[in-house]
Parts: sequence; C-alpha cells; structure tokens
Amino acid sequence: MAETPPPSLYAAREPIFPRRVSGFFRSLKWWIMGLTLGIYYLLPWVRWDRGPNLPDQAVLADLASRRFFFFWIEIWPHEFYFVAGLLIMAGLGLFLFTSALGRVWCGYACPQTVWTDLFLLVERKIEGDRNAQIRLLKAKWDFRKWRLRLTKWLIWLGISVATGGAWVFYFTDAPTLLRDLVTLDAAAVAYISIAIMTATTFLFGGFMREQVCIYMCPWPRIQAAMMDEGTLTVGYREWRGEPRGKHRKGARAAAAAGTATTYVETNLPEADQGTGDCIDCMACVNVCPMGIDIRDGQQMECITCALCIDACDDIMSKIGKPRGLIDYLALEDVPPPKESPERATWSPRPIWKHVLKPRTILYTTLWGLIGAGMVFALFVRSDIELTVSPVRNPTYVMQSEGSIRNIYDVRLRNKSGEDRLFHLSLSSDETLRIELEGSNDLSVLVPANETLLQRVYVTARRQDPAASSNRTDLRIWVEDVEAQTRASTATLFNGKGE
Amino acid sequence: MSDPENKKPIDDVTGIETTGHSWDGIEELNNPLPRWWLWSLYLTIIWAIGYTIAYPAWPLINGATEGLLGYSTRGEVAADIDAREAANAERNAELASADLATLSDNDALYRYAVSSGAAVFRTNCSQCHGSGAAGAIGYPNLLDDDWLWGGNHEQIAYTVRHGVRNEDDDDAHYSEMPAFGEILDKEQIPPLVEYVRSLSGLEFDAALAEVGADSFADNCTACHAEDGMGDPEQGAPNLTDAIWLYGGDREALTHTITYSRFGVMPPWGGRLSEAQVQAVATYVHQLGGGEADPDPVTD
Ligand code: SF4
Ligand code: SF4
Repeated sequence: MAETPPPSLYAAREPIFPRRVSGFFRSLKWWIMGLTLGIYYLLPWVRWDRGPNLPDQAVLADLASRRFFFFWIEIWPHEFYFVAGLLIMAGLGLFLFTSALGRVWCGYACPQTVWTDLFLLVERKIEGDRNAQIRLLKAKWDFRKWRLRLTKWLIWLGISVATGGAWVFYFTDAPTLLRDLVTLDAAAVAYISIAIMTATTFLFGGFMREQVCIYMCPWPRIQAAMMDEGTLTVGYREWRGEPRGKHRKGARAAAAAGTATTYVETNLPEADQGTGDCIDCMACVNVCPMGIDIRDGQQMECITCALCIDACDDIMSKIGKPRGLIDYLALEDVPPPKESPERATWSPRPIWKHVLKPRTILYTTLWGLIGAGMVFALFVRSDIELTVSPVRNPTYVMQSEGSIRNIYDVRLRNKSGEDRLFHLSLSSDETLRIELEGSNDLSVLVPANETLLQRVYVTARRQDPAASSNRTDLRIWVEDVEAQTRASTATLFNGKGE
Repeated sequence: MSDPENKKPIDDVTGIETTGHSWDGIEELNNPLPRWWLWSLYLTIIWAIGYTIAYPAWPLINGATEGLLGYSTRGEVAADIDAREAANAERNAELASADLATLSDNDALYRYAVSSGAAVFRTNCSQCHGSGAAGAIGYPNLLDDDWLWGGNHEQIAYTVRHGVRNEDDDDAHYSEMPAFGEILDKEQIPPLVEYVRSLSGLEFDAALAEVGADSFADNCTACHAEDGMGDPEQGAPNLTDAIWLYGGDREALTHTITYSRFGVMPPWGGRLSEAQVQAVATYVHQLGGGEADPDPVTD
C-alpha cells in the first residue's frame, strides 16, 4: 500500500497579512499602545529631586549601589519583599483578569502584542494594506520591492534600537548614559543588552509574531487552566450566524434593528430566512493577526485582540444587522437548541454575573490585601534601621575577670540624605553593658544613604544571672540623635548555661 | 480513512491529517511542528559543536581537549587574582609600612586592613584558632582580653610575624616552663594545684593551699610573679584570671605542672607578605580583646 509518501512532520510558517480595521476595540488598543509605549520610552527621562547625594532619576534600578528608586520611594536590598509583593500582585492581577476576561493580557497589553501591532502599523504604512502586501510578496525582487522592504526593515530596526536603548536607561542615569553611548564610553554590558533587546524586538515583532504566542510563550498554556465556562472571551454566536451564506440585499426588513446593540438583543437568534447572519465575507479572518477563523470556535491561537469583533460589527452595520455576531461572550451563554421549549424564555446571564464570581472576588480580595499591606509597610518605614546578627562562633566569650561577653554584628542603615550620628543603647532596665568596637562612647557616625557594619559587645558581669543562664532576651536600640527617631531590634544574649 | 481527492490520510473524528502510522488501528494525528523550530534545534547542535572546539570539552585519558580559545577556569581565576592584587598594590604598600596604632585614623585603609585581614585569618589561622577565633584547648582564644604575649597592635603583629617557640625564627617568642614532675616531689604537686586554684577564685582546699603557697613562692614566682599575675614579656600566663588555656580543673592543672606545656606557633613573617601580617594583626586586634597601644615615645 505504498500509494502516498508520509506527510511532513514540519510546517513552514504561513505568512499572515492582517487587514486594517477600525472600531471601538482598535481605538482602545491604539490608546493602550500609546500609553504603554509612551511610559516605557519616556519614563527614564523623568527627573525627581531627592537632594544632593542621591540620583535625580524618577525610576532607577541602581544595581551598582543596590538601590531601587521609584519617585518618592527608595527600596534597599533588604526590602526586596516589596518587589516580591509587586510580583505577587502582578500574578494575582493576571489570574483575576484571565478568569474574568480570558486572555485580555495577550490581546491588549503584552509587549509581544503591542510591538507586533506597532510593526504591523509600519508595514501597512510602507507596503500598503493586506492585498498590496500579498502582491508584494509574490512580486519579483525589483527596485521597488527592495526599496519598500529596506525602508520597512530600517524603520523596524530603528524602533528595535530605541526599545533596547530605553531598557538600559532604567539602570543608570539616562542623560549620562545616552552621552556615553554616543561617545562609545558606555560599559560593554550596556551595548550587549541593547544588542540583545534590539535583535529580539526586531525578530519577534517583525518576523515571528504569532509564532511566539503559539509555540514559545508559556502563558497561553497557563491561561487555559484559569478560564472557565463563565469567562468572557472573544467568540462567535454560531446560533445566530449559521448557516452562513452570501448576503442577499433586502432579505430582511430589519435595517432599523442595526441600532439594536445591547447584549441581550443581539443574542436573539435571527435566522429566519434559512440562512444565518454570517455572510461569509471573511472580514474576521482577514483582520486576525493570528491567522485563524474565530467561527471555528475557541482556539489555542486566539489572543482575544477583539479585532474580529470590530471587523464583523462593521459588516453587520453595513448590511443592517445588529452588531455582536462576534462578541465577548462566555461558553455558558450558548442558548438551548431551537426546538427546545426553553429557547423562548432563555436569556443570557448579565455581564456582571460573568465578572463577579467567587474566584474573581477572591483574587481581588487577595490583591487588595497585599497591596494594602505593602502601602502600610511603606509608610511605617523609618529613616533609620538596624539589623542585628549575633556572632554565633563562638556563642559567648569569657573575659579574664570572668564576665561573659556576646558579640553582635549590627548593620546600621542611614536612609536619610545626610550623615547622621547614631547612638546605641540597650533597654533601660538592662544590667548588661554595651560597648562599640573602635569607639569610646556609644555613638557612631553613619554616612548618608549608607549601611555601616558595627561590631557591638554586650557584657554580663560574672554574678549577673544572664552570665550563667542559657539565654536572655535583649533589645538593642539605635537613636538618631539629631532627628529624634529611634529603632530597635530584639535579640538574644547567650550565657554559659549549665 | 483517507481523503479520496488528495489521498491524504485524514482522521474521521477530528478531520486532522494523520501521520499514516497505524498501530492496532490507532493512528497518530499529524500536528506539524514549525520548521523554524527544527532549524533552531540544528542551530543548537552546530553551536554545541563549535563550543566544544572553542572551549575545553572532550575528556581524554589525561585531562581534556583544551579548546582553541585557550580558556581555562583556573587561568581565569589566576588572572582575576592578578588583577585584584595589582589593584590593591598601592594600598598594600601603604599598609605594610603603616603604624598600626594610628591606622584607624585612615578609615578606608583601616577597613581594608580589617577585611583583608579576615581573609588572611580564615585561610591561615583558623586551623588552630578556629574560624571564629575562639581557639580551643591549647590554642588561645583571640576574642577575649587575655594575652600571653601582649595584645596591642605591635605585640600582636610581632607574634604573628615571628611565632612562638618555633625553631624557624630566631626572633620567635620563647619561654619554657619546667616540668615540675621532675623537680618536685609527687606530694608537693596537689598543694600547688590548690594554691593556683585559689588565685583565680576557684573552689579550693584551704589547708593544702597554704602548703602550696610556699612551694609557689619558691618555684613559680620568677615567671608568674608573686601575685600570680604572670608576665607577658616571657609569655607567662596570668594565673589569677578566669581564663585557662589548658583548663583550670585539678586534672588539667596537675598535668600542666607535672609535665609542663609547650605550645608552638609558626612564624608567618616569611609566608605572608608584610601587608598581610599587618592586616591580620589589625583584624585580630578589633575582634574584641585588643589592648590599647602605648603612647608614642616622645624624647
Ligand atoms: S501568548 Fe504570550 S507572547 Fe503572545 S500575547 Fe499572550 S502572553 Fe504575549
Ligand atoms: S480570532 Fe479575533 S480575537 Fe482572536 S486573535 Fe483573531 S482577530 Fe484576535
């Protein structure tokens, strides 16, 4: 039976030429693109005055001195939990949006989508819309084709360089770095980062596009697990559209119904002429950046960019039918079959019921709690801080007159912009004595915006109960003499034990 | 089971092309992988081959292929160390000739001395004195305020440089306690033990101690002084404090008096650079027990 050779196990990428479309969702996406890209490219240039000793860049991840600056907030490495908290909030936010609205992240906000959109815009401006692009692809490589292609690639490359460039500005003072980059004085790592970001932007936005989403990105796989039958996502009202057929003018007197745009109305089956509302014009397929047909149902490839909604709504209004043949809808919104008696009384669940469900409420609550916790933590932070790490090797030292000494490595953090004198002490009821290495009194000068490591000795006299007992609670205080602020940390004093 | 027009095997249920393979009537659907994915696999293979040519990779009987770039992790470390040493050369020269007593006035150099001294300590000294410098039986604890040979900066540096009771350095600290088991009668030793215990406030037998006081005056005061306070000039321990290098219980004291002890420390002057000696002395001094430096002699 050797009639056919086995099929290929590999497939070449089918080029996709999404057609231009306009409508509510397209405009929304333009706005989101403008906003997100605007923030991304311009934020490093925003200045924020913090005083003489600190950088004046509003958003700066200063890796060299291990500080993160965000407008009035300054995060030190030991406060990394703020970043962890933000990441957890971002994760919960994605859960929330996905369970309520499906892949909105993919459709509107993912960098892959946003930059691909931008690259598509450039492509359309240079090479024309879908049909022109298809013609150009088939055309011979003559002067015109070279000119168009090179122009497009050059603009893409420009965008890519700007993208990679903007990234590194978040890590060093932007104006200085820009000058260094131009004069070739910047660090190698800056050029390498820019090169990598440029290459990936160019490749992913210009050539790989939907391949990234379908084959490389893990997010769609995760999202599928977070959606349920109540999740609102882009879908096709099959019961209204099928059987599809060519449009026959005047077949329906319901031109006026073109104004009927509410969710409930558009859900009603309209197939009274033997054919459904879908006129098989392929508009939804032609605009799709993923190259799929939404009428085949929910698909792994669909990023819910909602452009097919815009395309179909446009057609529906042209042929005088209500919009919403393709729309945000949930799987559970499928009406009972036509023959069934429930069909007459059936109506879809209201949108708020799709959005407000235990899962989304839980996600929102968690999100809010973490957020509130972090805001609270931000406001109770003080300008001075200490961490105490007791030296445990050995746990105590016996001095010649028999007293017991414990050693503590105390890190004193001065988060203010000025040098400050820190005074150390124990809780006032302590019978123990505190001393500082290298200092005759109990004060030490901590430079502005720095951490100082200070060796601290606490001694219990020979007869003191703390000397002979196993462990005694202890609290070390530090006071900023000038600013009258103080902080303390509890620790332990180790005695000889028994 | 096949599409009659283009003869492609098609699965009836899903409408998806099959690979044509059939096992007991079960066929495998063909959802083709993108071709670029295949290319990226080939690319990684080519990369891997290039990598094994450029870098040390293939194991041979003795060692491995060296790679065209001549890279080795050992070489990288060596280069790294050289670079760091070159970068520190100036500070090391400054430290080698610095006066340790006033070093802390120069904040940056002092901090450098402490941190590099810590590294020197961990590598060379921790074997005996412990990584936390707490010592052990027979190896002095460097955290406390008791010093056999003196605990100011210069004294510590001297001890590090020349060591104690070794034969390699003529300037090493030297002293030797006689084994009194050979000098005294056996019965004379327990009273001495009781007297020594009485000196440092340990529980003791008063009657015996009174006897021991006499033999202490006869035999021990030359080094340990009349009051038992010892003498750092000759490394004679202070017997009145709470610290016992070899233990203060009766058994340990009896052993010490009978057989004596002979703790040795090697000289580090030849093995460590002068800057390292200065650094480690600074480090040890700031561990908690460092003694005040003498005022500069003015004459
Ligand atoms: S699939 Fe991945 S890359 Fe594509 S839009 Fe979604 S998150 Fe972005
Ligand atoms: S099917 Fe529609 S929503 Fe999905 S990717 Fe295509 S155009 Fe976007």
